[in-house]
Amino acid sequence: MDAIDRQIIQATQAGLPLVAEPYQAVAEQLGISTEQVMQRMIAMQNSGVIRRIGAVPNHYKIGYRYNGMTVWDVDDALIDELGAQVAALPFVSHCYHRPRHLPDWRYNLFAMVHGKSEDAAEQQVAIIAELLGAHARDHQVLYSSKILKKTGLRIAG
Amino acid sequence: MDQLDKRIINYLQQGFPICASPYRQIAETLGIGEAELLTRLETLLADGILSRFGPLFHAEQMGGALTLAAIKVPEQRFEEVTEIVNAFPEVAHNYARNHALNMWFVLATEHREQVASVIADIEQQTGLSVYNMPKISEYYVGLQLEA
Repeated sequence: MDAIDRQIIQATQAGLPLVAEPYQAVAEQLGISTEQVMQRMIAMQNSGVIRRIGAVPNHYKIGYRYNGMTVWDVDDALIDELGAQVAALPFVSHCYHRPRHLPDWRYNLFAMVHGKSEDAAEQQVAIIAELLGAHARDHQVLYSSKILKKTGLRIAG
Repeated sequence: MDQLDKRIINYLQQGFPICASPYRQIAETLGIGEAELLTRLETLLADGILSRFGPLFHAEQMGGALTLAAIKVPEQRFEEVTEIVNAFPEVAHNYARNHALNMWFVLATEHREQVASVIADIEQQTGLSVYNMPKISEYYVGLQLEA
C-alpha cells in the first residue's frame, strides 16, 4: 500500500460517489486516471485490503431488532473445534475466540446472532447451546440496545 | 422500504463491480434504470437504512489492527462517555449492550501500535477501565442479512 492507495482509501472510506461513473469521480478528485483508480482498487480487493465493495445495512432498519452477542465459556483446549462448529451454523454472522478477563469476564467464545423477533434470536441461542452441550460451562446473550456509532474504518488525512 | 429497495439492499450486500459504469451494470441486472438505482441508494443512505455504501476496508490487511473492547459505564455518565469514545476516528462501531459491560466498540487502526495508545487515551479521558478483547482466532465473519 503506497501513498496513492492511501489517497484512494481516504477518498472512498465514507462511501463511493453516487454518480454514473464513480471511479472517474474519485480519479478527478485525486488528479489521476480512472484506469489507475480501478486497477488499484482491483489490486486492493485481490490482496484483501478491500474486503468487498457493497452496501452495509443498518440491522435494525431492515427488521433485525434483536442483535445478540452470545458469549460462551468453553474449555480453551476445545475451543477451535467448537468454534468451527458454531461458525458453521447458518445464522451466525461472526464467530471469534477472544481472551477472558477473570474474574469479571469468563467468556472466550463469541458468536453474533440476529433475529427479527426475540423468539427468533432466542431459538438461535438455544441451537448454539444444544450444539455446545456440556462443553458450555456458562453463557450470556448481550443484546445491543442502541447503535452508538457505525462508520467503519477511517484513516486520518 | 419496498420490494425493490429490498432487492437492491440484498443484491448490493454481495458486492459491486469495478468498471467504468458500475451502477448501470447493476441497474440492468435488477431490471431498473440507472437513475432510479442512484436515487434509491441516496434515499436508503439518507434514511439510515444503509449505514454505508462503498468499499469496506480490512484494517489487518492494511497493516493495521482491529480489536473489540468494552467499558462498564455508570448509567448517569453514558452520554458523556459515548461522546468521548465516538470522537476517536479509530472507533469504527460502538454499541450499547444490556450488561454491566454496557458499551462495546470496535477499534480499527491503520498501524498496529495505535490500538494500545487509543485504549490508553480512552481510559485517561473517561477515567474508566477498557477491557480489550482482541481476537485470538476468527472462525467466521461475513453472513449477510436479508432485508
